[in-house]
Amino acid sequence: MFTPRTLATACAWLGLAVMPAAPALAGSAPASPKAEVIHWWTSGGESAAVKQVAQAYRDAGGIWIDTAIAGGDQSRAVTINRIIGGDPPTAAQFNTSKQFLDVIEAGMLNNVDELARAQNWDQMLPTPIIDVIKVDGHYYAVPLNIHMQTWFWYSKAAFRKAGITQEPSSMSEFFAALDKLKAAGIIPLAHGGQSWQETVLFSAILANMGGKELYLRAMRDRDQATLLSPAFRQVLLAFKRLKSYVDAGAPGRNWNDATALVIAGRAGFQVMGDWAKGEFTNAGQVAGQHYGCMAGFGASTPYLIQGDVFVFPRTDDAQAVRAQQLLANVVSQPGLQVDFSRLKGSIPIRLDADATELDLCAQKGIEIMKDRTRQAGVTEVYLRPDQNGAMQDVLTAYWNTNMPVERAQKSIANALKY
Amino acid sequence: MISLRAHKISPHLALLPMALTALVAYIGGALWTLRTSFTASRTFPSDDFIGAAQYVRLFDNERWLISLHNLAVYGVLFIVACMVLGFLLAAFIDQNVNGEGFLRTVFLYPYAMSFVATGLVWQWLLAPGAGIEGAVRRLGFENFRFDWIIDQEMVIYTIVIAAVWQASGLVMAMMLAGLRGVDPEIYKAARLDGIPAWRVYLQIVLPMLGATSATVFLLLCTAVVKLYDAVVAMTGGGPGTASEVPAKFIMDHLFLRSNIGLASAGAVTLLIPVLALLAPYAYARSRKKRA
Repeated sequence: MFTPRTLATACAWLGLAVMPAAPALAGSAPASPKAEVIHWWTSGGESAAVKQVAQAYRDAGGIWIDTAIAGGDQSRAVTINRIIGGDPPTAAQFNTSKQFLDVIEAGMLNNVDELARAQNWDQMLPTPIIDVIKVDGHYYAVPLNIHMQTWFWYSKAAFRKAGITQEPSSMSEFFAALDKLKAAGIIPLAHGGQSWQETVLFSAILANMGGKELYLRAMRDRDQATLLSPAFRQVLLAFKRLKSYVDAGAPGRNWNDATALVIAGRAGFQVMGDWAKGEFTNAGQVAGQHYGCMAGFGASTPYLIQGDVFVFPRTDDAQAVRAQQLLANVVSQPGLQVDFSRLKGSIPIRLDADATELDLCAQKGIEIMKDRTRQAGVTEVYLRPDQNGAMQDVLTAYWNTNMPVERAQKSIANALKY
Repeated sequence: MISLRAHKISPHLALLPMALTALVAYIGGALWTLRTSFTASRTFPSDDFIGAAQYVRLFDNERWLISLHNLAVYGVLFIVACMVLGFLLAAFIDQNVNGEGFLRTVFLYPYAMSFVATGLVWQWLLAPGAGIEGAVRRLGFENFRFDWIIDQEMVIYTIVIAAVWQASGLVMAMMLAGLRGVDPEIYKAARLDGIPAWRVYLQIVLPMLGATSATVFLLLCTAVVKLYDAVVAMTGGGPGTASEVPAKFIMDHLFLRSNIGLASAGAVTLLIPVLALLAPYAYARSRKKRA
């Protein structure tokens, strides 16, 4: 079958097929920078948002290769495996957090110092963001947007039905409002019973009850005395008290299903990041008219921010570096950031961006962001993934069982000791 | 002469790849894990040795302790239930029932399927409001409750049920093979003596199946330690951390929580009971050989 002659013929055919392509490649001017980007923006609003980035990159003369992997955990695992395996993507999405600190320390990312200097990031970016993307004086990631994780969303229809006339402005008013909702036969607090959502809820209570000082001493400094203090115990007790305002169907529920309860007016409140806005918008609801959003109870509540960044795995290939630089430049432009955030439900990282196109809640957020004293990071900004995860494990166990508060407090202190 | 020598060497040559794989991949992997468990490795392995600190941290961790407790409960129930059920199934099929081949296939089938797929089916079956609870309620029993899968205390038992459903068919197949090896004369003799069938099985046949039972027991033990996919598919470790198991803890810390050191410490801890089980077995074997 495979005589030398047939083999030779096959080779000749293959050669012919390849030949015309070869001179074309060699003859063209420097090829357009090609960027393979790994991200986990797969839901409706998210993929619409990332299409804006891809389009902007193409408009700037690049070629965008989209590698979308559902689920942040999976996506990050793939990115890290590919970096270790020596086949890194041109760029990859991470959250604005310590998720990529180890990768930086292992010297596996290219820095973006040039861009950072040109745009004066030291002055421009919020401190919690600089805290995680700047290591040893070098910038290693380009922030794309800001998410605020602990918004209180509420249904105006539910408020009317329960006779609540104004937004609660303290923890006790919040509980009073929840009681009224309960009395009116409405689920007071829509909750998705997954461990990360319990952590979001807890962070909101910690920030609102403890203020910025207690929050930072507990989450950033991991101060054992603070974690074991009576003030921290009060926060844990208030967190647990919320359990009685949650319906029985909450365990395992997705965040967007919880949001749907608020949209339908079947639930009063939900504490969730600003990505929830996409759900309201999809349901045809308008901020301020059908639903309300509050960043916290008081004018000094810490604004817990996070967001998305692109990192650029280390490479010496000049073409790849060119592609990385182009992408970094494209995503840091204010115009793109507004377009991206409008669809994603976040706010732009650059406060000089034109916010008029954004909705009421986003504008509230941008206004708050101008006050630097209110800025703080979410727990992931200060804790390594394993520390944050260990705390999350304790919180979800405490929320779901009869674990005494003393034990929960001690376990959290233990989890943050390492 | 030459052909004779080749004849002697060839079996060893044939075994070599397997032996090398076992040495390099399994023993080597285990040693590497042991080494990593004494380092401060996070996302990447490191050479920063910190002694037993990862173990201290591991046993300071609420979730790890819950995992170990769950594994113990699951292990005992799963092994006992599988062996009892598997033996009963085998004994009944051994009575020359009609359609034996069909029944065998039905019982063995669950073992052939991935638990990631069947776990989802079990999740629907057990979901409160739908599945079993819903079906019984539609039959008219309005107050029927079967919500173990969202119950802190009971959720681990739902995993036992599903896992027993999956593995007892395999036990049946092995026990049946053992039963078929028993000399039919024994049954005849026992019948002549007027001994009831259940006593024949319990006191005569079962002791004869010692070797088969030991094999089944070892297989089930390894299945217990490996328990992972059933939990991920059915409960994801929830509600809260009520159905967490060590293997899931290890996987989470390896891949999602960027702590290879802690995951390795967990893996080594998990290896200890396996070795504890295997050591007496190996010891008994070596004694037998000498005698």
